[in-house]
Amino acid sequence: MARSNNLHSVAAIFDTPNKIIKAAEKVRDEGYNKFDVNTPYPLHGMDKAMGLSSSKVGFVTLFCGLFGGSFILLFMWWTLAKNYQLFIGGKPFFALPAFIPITFEITVLIGAVSTFIALIAVFFKLPFNNHPLHDTDYMKTVSVDKYGIYITTEDPKFDKEKIISLFKSLGAVSTDLIYLPKQEKFSMFNLKFVLFLIFVAAGTSGSTYLLLNKLMYITPFDWMEFQEKYTPQETSLFFGDRRSMRTPVDGTVAKGFIPYPYKGIANPTEVLSNPTIPTEDLLKMGKKKYLTFCSPCHGNFAEGDSRLNGQFPNGPTLHSDKIIKYSDGMLYHIITNGQNAMPAYDLQITRHERWAIVDYIRVLQRAKNAKNSDLVEIKKESTTNGQ
Amino acid sequence: MANNDSGYIKKVLPSKIGKIGLILFIIGAVTGLYGYIFDPSRAVFSYLTSFWFLLSIAVGSLLLVAIEYAASATWSTPFRRMSEFLASSIPLLIILVIPLLLSIQYLFVWSHTDVVANDHMLQAKSVFLNTPFFSVRVIVILLIWSLFYYLIIRNSRQQDNSGDQALTKNNIKLSIIFIPLFAISLTLQSIDWIMSLETKWFSTMFGVYLFAGATCSALAALAFISVLLKEKGYFHPKITKDHFYSLGTLMFVFICFWGYIAFSQYMLIWYGNLPEETFWFMQRWEGGWKFVSLFIIFGHFIVPFATLLSHPSKTNLKKLKFISIWILAMHFIDLYWLIMPSMHGNGLHYSFSWMDISFLAASVGIIIFMFNKMFERYNLIPVKDPKLQRGLDFHL
Ligand code: HEC
Repeated sequence: MARSNNLHSVAAIFDTPNKIIKAAEKVRDEGYNKFDVNTPYPLHGMDKAMGLSSSKVGFVTLFCGLFGGSFILLFMWWTLAKNYQLFIGGKPFFALPAFIPITFEITVLIGAVSTFIALIAVFFKLPFNNHPLHDTDYMKTVSVDKYGIYITTEDPKFDKEKIISLFKSLGAVSTDLIYLPKQEKFSMFNLKFVLFLIFVAAGTSGSTYLLLNKLMYITPFDWMEFQEKYTPQETSLFFGDRRSMRTPVDGTVAKGFIPYPYKGIANPTEVLSNPTIPTEDLLKMGKKKYLTFCSPCHGNFAEGDSRLNGQFPNGPTLHSDKIIKYSDGMLYHIITNGQNAMPAYDLQITRHERWAIVDYIRVLQRAKNAKNSDLVEIKKESTTNGQ
Repeated sequence: MANNDSGYIKKVLPSKIGKIGLILFIIGAVTGLYGYIFDPSRAVFSYLTSFWFLLSIAVGSLLLVAIEYAASATWSTPFRRMSEFLASSIPLLIILVIPLLLSIQYLFVWSHTDVVANDHMLQAKSVFLNTPFFSVRVIVILLIWSLFYYLIIRNSRQQDNSGDQALTKNNIKLSIIFIPLFAISLTLQSIDWIMSLETKWFSTMFGVYLFAGATCSALAALAFISVLLKEKGYFHPKITKDHFYSLGTLMFVFICFWGYIAFSQYMLIWYGNLPEETFWFMQRWEGGWKFVSLFIIFGHFIVPFATLLSHPSKTNLKKLKFISIWILAMHFIDLYWLIMPSMHGNGLHYSFSWMDISFLAASVGIIIFMFNKMFERYNLIPVKDPKLQRGLDFHL
């Protein structure tokens, strides 16, 4: 690494742990406070020798860990107990015992990762990603078998000559001047950098593609992906018409389906007779189905007052003499078969429901043509009920 | 490498300590005996709880000694003698277990032949759970523990005179044999004495649970005594906060371990939701037991965890003393909670009894008395242990 002329620190190398501890004590006693010690392994008693107070990084761990734990707990509550409730093993939606292991793990994970990041941030002084001591002979020695100490120029008592003689008097094997690395100008459009970006982009997308589309389907793990079957709309190489979706054999009847004998006949000479007995439940059901399927065109009371505002030919009134005179079977036939512009409803409405609609139309017709005698009857009923 | 100049001066505890131990023991034993004569079926449960309290501290301490040897730990060398002293009641357990073995019929449903004859599951279990095999198992395990206690402690004491380093090597070998043996034997003991109280219940984590509890209490006893001796000036002057920090950390670790095991046992049973397992926890959630259960979660885990979490609190001797006595109390409550609700198996209905206190007093009395006796006779510090000097010089 290219070095500038700006001094970063004065460093010294010692060859025994005892000497480095003595050196640290001495440097501390001399009143220096911007110094640090580098050893290949942790030395017991070094904290005290350097006069370090206990590290504050524990608070980062504590807060980030607590944040991670409470976040994940809230997250599980929201996903599993609030937003999309899932029944798992008959347990309550907010199943605390099952959440504890995850909470614990996220607490540890976030705590550990944030400690690591915080240490890097403090040590490298982010956004810098390199410490001035990196790539120096000093660092290479003290990370193998020697013990080093350095005092930086930031120290108010910094004086190059004095420090060197101090280190020498403490028995340093060698002393070293460490210069700051040269500030390199960094440009986004530097060719090297652009090439690097392209290389990274190609590398990640290529390896992702390989992983997801090739590696994951190598045998023997492809038996779920590649099954011996046709997927919908696939061409068949076996059948002459190339259709893998086959039509049923002629005359096939779906399970539970009873064919309508007068299907497709416009004016049948004979029709079915009504098999239902109009009970209250049946009429209620008929009303419901009528309102759903018929009322948009024929109106809520079958008076031909369509709600479709002319987007479809208005359904005629069902209170005409013609319809009143029609047999139940004929009404059933019109619903089942359709009539001119009126579509067939045999696929949407079951047989039973169609008969219920017919019964309900009869109710509407009777209500429209109520007689005076009906009123009397109701009066009688209400007076008897009132007593 | 004789090390006469370790700086340790032998002192004797005030004579009242031994007397306190003896008096506690006598009061506890006499009142306990009285209780046993009038209500043997209730007394055995109290006896069993206190027996386990004594057992877990004693065997747990022997385990700490063994771990120290096996791991060649240095910081704990000055503390080792105290664990050895605490383990000195292991041979006594062989005598103390006799009353329990004589009253098996009051403790265990599986010892009633008429009940077993009508119960298919108990019949199947009777291959393992029958009085002769049970007694043999218990005695053999106690003998093994006593043997290892005798061998390890003898070597350690001999070294005080001879300073022979080969003794340390011997003890390392012994410890490496003892640790796995301890794991198996403590599991067996806990299954035999505590799990089989509820004959049809089973949990594969039970042995580990008691191991965690025993180690916690052995460490707590060690911490309490060492802090006390340090404060009163009996301990070595070179013992610093750094030593207590390590001791506190170890205690903290085992508190976490206990919490982890206790929760794992609960969660597996809760998740599986099988009636043959869940009922054990249901019993401990009925009536007042609910509060005991909650108290154990807080007292045995959350309180010590929060207290020992920060760095300064582990070096604060007052806090350490408080939390270690707290953990000891919680361990007793934990054992109480394990044993007492299973009393119904013999048709008894649980209610608090003064006998619980008398037997506890007796076992605490034994610990104090034995510790004092050992203190009089032997050095508080293994003066010629080759690791001692490094242990004394220990710094964080
Ligand atoms: C999409 C609108 C529409 C719906 C929905 C609809 N109809 Fe019709 N319906 C018509 C039209 C339009 C005619 C007139 C057909 C023709 O010109 O013969 C008609 C005719 C009829 C007739 C014969 C009337 C006559 O005078 O010949 C009957 C009966 C009838 N509908 C019953 C029903 C019933 C019952 C339903 C509900 C199942 C229903 N319709 C649903 C549009 C509809």
